[in-house]
Amino acid sequence: MGSALFSILIFPGFLFVSVFGLIAEFIDRKLYARMQNRVGPPWFQTFADFVKLLGKEDIVPSAANRRMFTWAPLFALASVVTVYLYIPLWKAESLFAFNGDIIMVLYLLTVPTLAFFIGGWYSTSLFSRIGSVRAVTQLFAYEVPLFMSILAAALLADTWSLADIVIFYSAHPVYTLFNLAGFAIAVVALLGKLEKVPFDIPEAETEIVAGAFTEYSGRRLAILRLTIDIEMVVGSSLLVAVFFPFGFVLGPVLGFTVFMIETVAVIALLSLLRTVVARLRIDQMIDFCWKILVPLALFQLLLNLILKGVLAR
Amino acid sequence: MHNSDKFKIPMGPQHPALKEPESFVVSLHGEKITNVDIWLGYNHRGIEKACEERTYVQDMYLIERVCGICSHSHSTCFVQAVEEVAGLEVPKRALYIRTLIGELERIHSHLLWLGVAGHEIGFDTLLMYTWRDREVVMDLFSLLTGNRVNYGINTIGGVRRDITKEQVEEVLKGMDILEERTKYYIEVATQETTVIKRLSKVGVLNYEDSLKFDAVGPTARASGVKRDVRHDDPYAAYGEMDFNVITDTHSDVYGRTVVRVLELMESYKIVRQCLKNMPDGPITVKAPRRIPAGEAISRYEAPRGEDVHYVKSNGTERPDRVKVRAPTLANIQAVKHMLKDRYLADMPIVVAAIDPCFSCTDRSVAVERPGENKEIMTWEALSDYGVEWHRARGLDFGDLNNKLKKRLEGK
Repeated sequence: MGSALFSILIFPGFLFVSVFGLIAEFIDRKLYARMQNRVGPPWFQTFADFVKLLGKEDIVPSAANRRMFTWAPLFALASVVTVYLYIPLWKAESLFAFNGDIIMVLYLLTVPTLAFFIGGWYSTSLFSRIGSVRAVTQLFAYEVPLFMSILAAALLADTWSLADIVIFYSAHPVYTLFNLAGFAIAVVALLGKLEKVPFDIPEAETEIVAGAFTEYSGRRLAILRLTIDIEMVVGSSLLVAVFFPFGFVLGPVLGFTVFMIETVAVIALLSLLRTVVARLRIDQMIDFCWKILVPLALFQLLLNLILKGVLAR
Repeated sequence: MHNSDKFKIPMGPQHPALKEPESFVVSLHGEKITNVDIWLGYNHRGIEKACEERTYVQDMYLIERVCGICSHSHSTCFVQAVEEVAGLEVPKRALYIRTLIGELERIHSHLLWLGVAGHEIGFDTLLMYTWRDREVVMDLFSLLTGNRVNYGINTIGGVRRDITKEQVEEVLKGMDILEERTKYYIEVATQETTVIKRLSKVGVLNYEDSLKFDAVGPTARASGVKRDVRHDDPYAAYGEMDFNVITDTHSDVYGRTVVRVLELMESYKIVRQCLKNMPDGPITVKAPRRIPAGEAISRYEAPRGEDVHYVKSNGTERPDRVKVRAPTLANIQAVKHMLKDRYLADMPIVVAAIDPCFSCTDRSVAVERPGENKEIMTWEALSDYGVEWHRARGLDFGDLNNKLKKRLEGK
């Protein structure tokens, strides 16, 4: 009981992932700034921002549904923190691994977007409503290629369990090469999930202020921002665990270190991508996802099905 | 609610996409714009009226503050009109310096616009890059004129500062840096897929509509209208410069971007010619304090388009009437047309693409329809009204004013 509580609240649960999330946001912002020829924030900036937001006045619009407005950020935070408990960090089995956990991980990663939708919708501001509708519209576009690319990798490993995927690819590192297209698709789809340029359409600042988050302030906004940071860490970790789980054969300490480095590398890749492109329009984004990403993901699935047949012989 | 035509979102008076307060009420059908109501007037400063209360020299500095970006355009335009009324022959060297500053201003304005356009389509990297490079030209301004924004280099009858050999070297160095960078921006703007996707076929204003709405500057030139005051009606030293009027036939925001980045290259050319051919001689002639009675219209190709100033003088040291028509007033009419059937996401970039400056444009016009009896207040009546209004709320400066008057008279 005590150790379970420790895992949930401290390591690798809430406290660890929150700190890692804030560090990840710092890495993202610093890289983004350096690539734009700016100085960028100091290392403690994200922590300072978080603490400052906690102390700010917390306003609930009088027209908003108070209960929904308050609970949506907490739901989002709880679900992303939970996901991290199911991701293998220093050995192939995560803390509460079970067969089929990859499905649950993907499911829980969808919850924040829905929570943002509910929070934005019930804050009743026009900007929030447009933002939340856009968030859900976008969800249907990127979620399919994301699921397909990750499940294609699982298909090759012939399992629905993250632990078995890790064991499979650790044993056959060469097979990860077949999944490179899937990895590329997953990274692009992850940009959509994290609402980053070019897919930051739901919170496009120059059009709809801050989208679903427009009416949030103070503690609730701090929680939302923390959720997005953690989502970035969790999403990147999931990609590393599925596509490049190499470090775990080296033992727990080295394995953990390698895993962290790989996660940071994926975060850096996300920052690079958001530096070099402009924001797409919602119709262009959906076109792109359904006409380019989904066919590519289908191709990846087909490739893995054929490979599986060849390998089984 | 989302699918009814009554879904109206207020873009402004305060909105992150806007650099100045103005209001666009956008009616939406899903993501599509069905109607846009444009409300300007949050920035009216009464500069035209204020000009009538001041001397010509004071007006020149006031007029320079009409716009923060094209300050030299407005002051040159005004000064040209005054000089025409006064019949002053401005020395050649002064005209060259005016041209030089005017082109540097175009460079800084177009670089600024490119950054703003990047920001409006969520491409902040472009914003950071162009604004970094804009510092080069801003530094040149402070070197040449002593100021970064309102240069104050014009005076009636010439310019206030000469240019030295060392300054010429610095400017040439700056132009080399900027030319190199601009080539890169041309590449980015014309080849980056997401940028092209967001810009092309957006905010279309075809050739006929462009003439119908009287668009000016890059907005018109991007629709294939070859209109440039520098070329059609040369002022300052433009008659002796060799440059091309850039036009484009895309007629959309992409075309306006192309026109602006290519105009940057032309500006570097003009600046180099200016420095190379600058004649020696005086930089100013003496101007009379009282400008003889008369009137004049002056045209100037500001970075955003044609700027028109009208000055009427009555033989005293103060003008009878000053009228400013900033380029945005000509272009803003077309915005509503450009936004027809576009997406909400296109709204910021379409508005930004005319490079609007609303504080230059804001004016108050009283329309009196026949049969309507509107009361028009005189200046004194307005002043009395203000005093009464404050007195009713317990604020009375009358005693203080009397005391001040007595003390001043006592001295």
